[in-house]
Amino acid sequence: MNRARPALTPWLLVSPGTLLFLGLVVLPLILTFILSFHVYDHTTGIKNEFTFAHYAAVVSDDYYLGIFWRTLRLAGLTTLICALIGLPEAYVLSRMRDPWRSVFLLVIIGPLLVSVVVRAFGWSMLLGSTGLVNQLLQLLGFGPARLLYTETAIVIALVHVMLPFMVIPIWTSLQKLDPMVEAAAWTLGASRFTALRRVVMPQVTMGMLSGSLIVFGLSASAFAIPGLLGGRRLKMAATLVYDEYMHELNWPLGAAIAIIVLVANLIIMLAYNRMVEARARRTLG
Amino acid sequence: MQKNGPIALLFHTLVVIFMLAPLAVICLVAFTPENTLSIPTTSFSLRWFQAIFVHPDFVDSFVNSLWLATLAASISVALAVPAALAIDRYQFPGRDALNALFLSPLIIPHLVLGVAFLRLFALIGATGSFAWLVATHVIVITPYVLRLVMAAFSGLDRSAEQAALTLGASHWTVFRRVTAPMVLPGITGGWLLAFINSFDELTMSIFVTSPQTVTLPVRMYMYATESIDPMMAAVSALMIALTAAAMLVLDRAFGLDKILVGQK
Repeated sequence: MNRARPALTPWLLVSPGTLLFLGLVVLPLILTFILSFHVYDHTTGIKNEFTFAHYAAVVSDDYYLGIFWRTLRLAGLTTLICALIGLPEAYVLSRMRDPWRSVFLLVIIGPLLVSVVVRAFGWSMLLGSTGLVNQLLQLLGFGPARLLYTETAIVIALVHVMLPFMVIPIWTSLQKLDPMVEAAAWTLGASRFTALRRVVMPQVTMGMLSGSLIVFGLSASAFAIPGLLGGRRLKMAATLVYDEYMHELNWPLGAAIAIIVLVANLIIMLAYNRMVEARARRTLG
Repeated sequence: MQKNGPIALLFHTLVVIFMLAPLAVICLVAFTPENTLSIPTTSFSLRWFQAIFVHPDFVDSFVNSLWLATLAASISVALAVPAALAIDRYQFPGRDALNALFLSPLIIPHLVLGVAFLRLFALIGATGSFAWLVATHVIVITPYVLRLVMAAFSGLDRSAEQAALTLGASHWTVFRRVTAPMVLPGITGGWLLAFINSFDELTMSIFVTSPQTVTLPVRMYMYATESIDPMMAAVSALMIALTAAAMLVLDRAFGLDKILVGQK
């Protein structure tokens, strides 16, 4: 690590990036934090007076609380469904042979690279009143269901967008598991279920936990999916901020909501990390 | 190697259908001859692809996004390579804090970054500037580049560098002739991943683009919230085709699983 060179070298190497990040991450966040305390007047705009009114309005108004609750609920539901699908899917993938394994891994995680607007648009066509899903439901004898612009549509599309983020860490932790260990458990008389529960599960739990964290964080701040599949009425935190900024033009209130989203996100991530680390210490001794 | 049972394979098939269905339906509807979003059954038509080219705003946004992603990815690599070198090879005060600073855009929601940039730009009068838009994209994609480049640096065999030094090469020559060729795959992979991320970015961009600098995802989002016609499907199908081509190149060159999975 330490080579006898002037101590200035590392500073010169990181300085361009550091300057850019201080100027374009730290500074704008501080400015937004200050903005969230500015008084806003609907006729004159942002005033040079300070108030806690925006935060007070957000935590006391049922409209905003309802949107925050929906955001947490849908993000939690998405995380749960992603774990329920991602875990067995990663396991099935890990038991495939190449070339199928690589091909299907590509199919599962490849959509990650397709713009989220495109994927949301695809779901809006599938879930529309005359879409394929409704045609299928009618074929099976169920009446036409209103899917588009419901919470169901948002969750379906969120699961589609987030599933790769769940499969990737689980798949990575499965790669570290020697398949012979599972076979050894069978030889020693364990049932398939016991082997899964006692040998495979402990290995993948860490992957699943880190996957859940990513999925929850990204779902809670998702914008394009609720924007295109929730319609104008079903808002989530991100679409709410967008409306406050672009339609209501109440920037200070929008800034206050954005700061709440940021702080909630950081608290959940830190608390979760603590919990996972404590768990890792317990299980690994 | 154990085999998957029939239930496992059925489950797998359903997951694959679920993942591919929205993309498949877009690609089918894009070829419809009708005026509505319908899956063509009897005849195919390219009329909605032609319609894109009489909408100059879509073409402009596409060109704009290409330039934006190219510039942002290149600048990001130019910043990330020296930073990764410093963080990987030197112990200096504030090293961990800097590493955290560079990776911070990963844990700050893009929405929050978007409103923060908007506030800064409003104050310094930079709204609508293309150069500042590039800078915001550099911030968002640098963490991805940094992680790939750092992985390339830390996976490097240092004895080759030491051998070159012993044989009398200067530090600069060692970097140019020994280190750089070994980390080049990581850097190229980082550039491509950064390019794709910048090209697809919506949530942050929607706050900082102006009518002159609208990117393709922002244009598509705006268009889809107002009217939906098969032209949107045609544009989407083209984006899927482009992404698939980029994926094939990435996969052939580096192994997509390595880039997407290995570094997480």
